[in-house]
Amino acid sequence: MKNLIKKLVETYGPSGDEEKIREIIKTEIKDSVDQIEIDALGNLIALKKGKKDKKVMLAAHMDEIGLIANHIDDDGFIRFDRVGGISPYMLLGERVLFNGETPGVIDKEGKLDDIKKLNYDKLYIDIGVQDKEEAQEKVKLGDTASYYREFQDLGDRVTAKSLDDRIGCVALIETLKAIEEPIYDTYFVFTTQEEVGTRGSKVAAYNIEPDLGLAVDVTLTGDMPEAKRMAVSLGAGPAIKVKDRSVLVAPQVKNLLIDLAEDKEIPYQLEVLKFGGTDAGSMQLTKDGVLAGAVSIPCRYVHSPSEMVDVNDVENSVQLLTDLLNNKIDFLE
Amino acid sequence: MLLKKLTEAAGVSSREEEVREIIKEKLADHVDQLTTDALGNLIAFQDGVENKPTVMLAAHMDEIGLMITKITNDGLLSFKPVGGIDKRMLVSKEVAVGEDKVKGVIGAKAIHLQKPQERKNILDYKQLYIDIGAQDKKDAKKAVKIGDMATFTTNYSKLGPNTAKAKAFDDRVGCAALVQILKNNYDFPLYGVFTVQEEVGARGATAVSYDIDPDVALVVEGTTASDVPDSKEQIYSTTLGQGPALTMRDGAMIANKNLVQEIVSLAQREDINYQFRKSTRAGTDGGAIHLTKEGIPTAAISVPCRYIHSPASLINLNDYQNTIKLVDKFCQQVTTGGFNYEKLD
Repeated sequence: MKNLIKKLVETYGPSGDEEKIREIIKTEIKDSVDQIEIDALGNLIALKKGKKDKKVMLAAHMDEIGLIANHIDDDGFIRFDRVGGISPYMLLGERVLFNGETPGVIDKEGKLDDIKKLNYDKLYIDIGVQDKEEAQEKVKLGDTASYYREFQDLGDRVTAKSLDDRIGCVALIETLKAIEEPIYDTYFVFTTQEEVGTRGSKVAAYNIEPDLGLAVDVTLTGDMPEAKRMAVSLGAGPAIKVKDRSVLVAPQVKNLLIDLAEDKEIPYQLEVLKFGGTDAGSMQLTKDGVLAGAVSIPCRYVHSPSEMVDVNDVENSVQLLTDLLNNKIDFLE
Repeated sequence: MLLKKLTEAAGVSSREEEVREIIKEKLADHVDQLTTDALGNLIAFQDGVENKPTVMLAAHMDEIGLMITKITNDGLLSFKPVGGIDKRMLVSKEVAVGEDKVKGVIGAKAIHLQKPQERKNILDYKQLYIDIGAQDKKDAKKAVKIGDMATFTTNYSKLGPNTAKAKAFDDRVGCAALVQILKNNYDFPLYGVFTVQEEVGARGATAVSYDIDPDVALVVEGTTASDVPDSKEQIYSTTLGQGPALTMRDGAMIANKNLVQEIVSLAQREDINYQFRKSTRAGTDGGAIHLTKEGIPTAAISVPCRYIHSPASLINLNDYQNTIKLVDKFCQQVTTGGFNYEKLD
């Protein structure tokens, strides 16, 4: 599993530029599914046919946060804005990669007397060129960059960029490979543009019209020094979502996952997330409403270049999802 | 003159009637169908060959403005903003209130009466009011009602050979461009939609794109040009006179990349100057349109406007003409089959 994690997290794919990561996932899964398509927003939708005709949708987003070039000055320095939620403080001294191929380093204009005054207008990316013309051969306006970081294996835990939500993609891939024939038609959807407002999942859910929708994404933890209060810890099992800012999970969906985890003796925790939304929110409000929830993988330092997850949590998430798809669900019968 | 007529009409979000009527009249003889939907969107339809892609062009009719929220005992009108308004530019402006266009002035305490500290503060909506010259509440009530909308009364005029000044170029410039386009004949099914309530959250577009569900959508807008002395070049967003601005992404939409590339190639081939909109914030009707149903490939072409959302914004008329030209070429491309629709997915 660690090899797959490494492969996915080291691939470039900020929101809107998911082509490369989509191709890698597609290659990874195409022999294990019955049908595969790409929609107008770039979502990768893979179907594994079930024994019954009800529809389950699992969604993990392929896109990662990043930066976008919006000005190149005469000396070839690149000005930029963010794609998704990145604090400018996170960027000082950071290395980034444009289009998956052009590295650059970030610094700030002049002297900074107060870190609170740091904003995007004061930062620039240096890609090591002499002038504008040379810069434009490598980076054009509108091109995006991701963090430039390697995957690190720390034992039970791993650290990398974009574990949000490549780790969810890994969980979906492992789940679809672990399943022979699910009870219900199951759509494994690798969504786009989640980080800029859960956009891909909105149109994918409209297209699929699932009877049950589950997002598989990361969630924050509260187990670091002086951390904000949050009753989720790394290594304590998949977090079954109760709520975030985009969704209040339907009790029957939440209880389905809790009962299943209890029954199969899979460790789990409950997630009450104060901020942030997921694809569960957009799925739930599709057409005349969809029963939606989420299985979240605990993750430290979310949206930083060095996010961290515990591989046991990922394995237990795969186990939970596999058991879910291999068993009848009362409210779908 | 169409730009003059459209920009001088009043049409604060949800009160787009006057603008809609002007457009209807201009288009009556040029399109196959002209309908108004439940939200007030005007939908102009030109029939075409069925196996060609259905294209939707969208421009919003509404403009930012003020809503009357209270009539004081003195007969003065309190108000709240509708859409994004910079309250620093409100005081002393002339406005027209309601359907009868009752003239008024946005008033505040005169400089002689202000304490030194007060002069440093930005006047808030609580301190500002519209004075329509009424004696008292009873008198004022004869002329206006709570809920009436007020617009600025700026007249359209030309400044120099290529520059025009008016209110509400955002997005009457798009409406005017669409009217010109719809006077042409293309052979694919073409919807020109004039949307309502864009300035309060792309609400009209949400409904109309659900209704039409086109294969491709193009939003024609007025967008921020910030090429002014107190901005550094990197935050200009767009520059007047450098041609129609193409959106790569804004706060509500990542434009379909293949569609943008098609438009860029077109502009290069036809030698129409263009620029990219550098800001990645804010949004247009495209934000709602591209997420409709199963997703619609969408792009936005905008005329740069200085001092947008103010009583007097400026556009370069060449940018306006080039926008029309570019949208027309785009449509011709669809007509001749040169436009590769399949590539969009």
